[in-house]
Amino acid sequence: MNLAATHGFLSPTGVEIAFLLVGLVTLGAAVVTVTTPQLVHAALWLVVALGGLAVEYLLLTAEFIAWVQVLIYVGSVVVLLLFGLMLTRAPIGRSPDADSGNRWAALAVAVAAAAALVWVVVDAFRTTWIDLAGAAAGSTEATGASLFQNWVLPFEALSVLLLAALVGAIVLSRKATTDPVPPPLNSRGVGGGSRPVPDPSNECTGPAEQDGTVPDDGSGPTREPRSDAPPGRGKGALPDDGTGSTPDLNGSVPGVRSGTAPGGGEKPARQEGGTR
Amino acid sequence: MHLTYPAVLSVLLFCTGVYGVLARRNAILVLMSVELMLNAVNLNLVAFDVWLSKAARETLHSGQALTLFTIAVAAAEIGIGLAIVLAVHRNSGTSDIDRLRDTAEGHGDDDPQAPTAAEKAEATA
Repeated sequence: MNLAATHGFLSPTGVEIAFLLVGLVTLGAAVVTVTTPQLVHAALWLVVALGGLAVEYLLLTAEFIAWVQVLIYVGSVVVLLLFGLMLTRAPIGRSPDADSGNRWAALAVAVAAAAALVWVVVDAFRTTWIDLAGAAAGSTEATGASLFQNWVLPFEALSVLLLAALVGAIVLSRKATTDPVPPPLNSRGVGGGSRPVPDPSNECTGPAEQDGTVPDDGSGPTREPRSDAPPGRGKGALPDDGTGSTPDLNGSVPGVRSGTAPGGGEKPARQEGGTR
Repeated sequence: MHLTYPAVLSVLLFCTGVYGVLARRNAILVLMSVELMLNAVNLNLVAFDVWLSKAARETLHSGQALTLFTIAVAAAEIGIGLAIVLAVHRNSGTSDIDRLRDTAEGHGDDDPQAPTAAEKAEATA
């Protein structure tokens, strides 16, 4: 009653104003998290919401909880969520089917629950104030002392729970490696991977060798039998090189290659142009 | 600080998480909404613990200890949950919870849905 007499409803303190502003940011980030159609943006807005909650813990003088929040939630849980989004091949852009069909029913349920709970909570704790003066209620010393004096047994049980979760996650993830590779993934990987690879490799090695041989040809025609001599067409191209200019020579060298490499309709035509 | 500030913020965050759990279709977004609900509960626990630690003078700091336990359980939950979601995605090709009608691993019921899931994965990839 003394506290209620000294505090007023319409004269918020600085801590309350800061709490309200950070709370608005946190609530806005949470609303964007559950409504945005972009999945990766939802995870990134979740970082804002969880970081805002860490600031709220600091304003409530629970500093150890705040840093634990930053370390575990912002540091690891969101990273795990992002990895999960990537591993399940979530679309990067907007996905129109991110929201289910019953979103209006969900909105009605959420608004009704929010209205009822806000009414009950405000009515129940209308004259209750938190005394933030004095020593911090949630400093690391106080939290550690209470945790290791009064809560040792649940703390140890929690370590067993974490071990069980670790083993469970490994078992759930190992199941795929013992299974044979699922057929749609395998067929898609082979069918998509085998065909396009040889064509760019041929087309990449063809111009690369062409570019590699062109300066040799331009430097001197006498090196011509040394570099690309083996078939008879190389010698057939030599008199043309002597008569013609260097573009004919550029055309003749890939023409020799095109006989060995499959594909490329331009190269035999260029070879014929070079021989003529 | 008035106690209704953290209490009302906690209520609103919890209802945001409720909306997300009910309205989202991707399983990982549902897990994110569950994290929001857990964080709302954590804020409530911390606020009431700070209030009671000053009002009652002798306390076990049970609210903050329970908050730490909740954070650890939430970390374990997100690990197991993501492992389950990845296993389901590997088996049925989708993480859309509206399509996961049965939890059986057999492909008998998934055959009419498998081409659509493969097409969707290829279209989005």
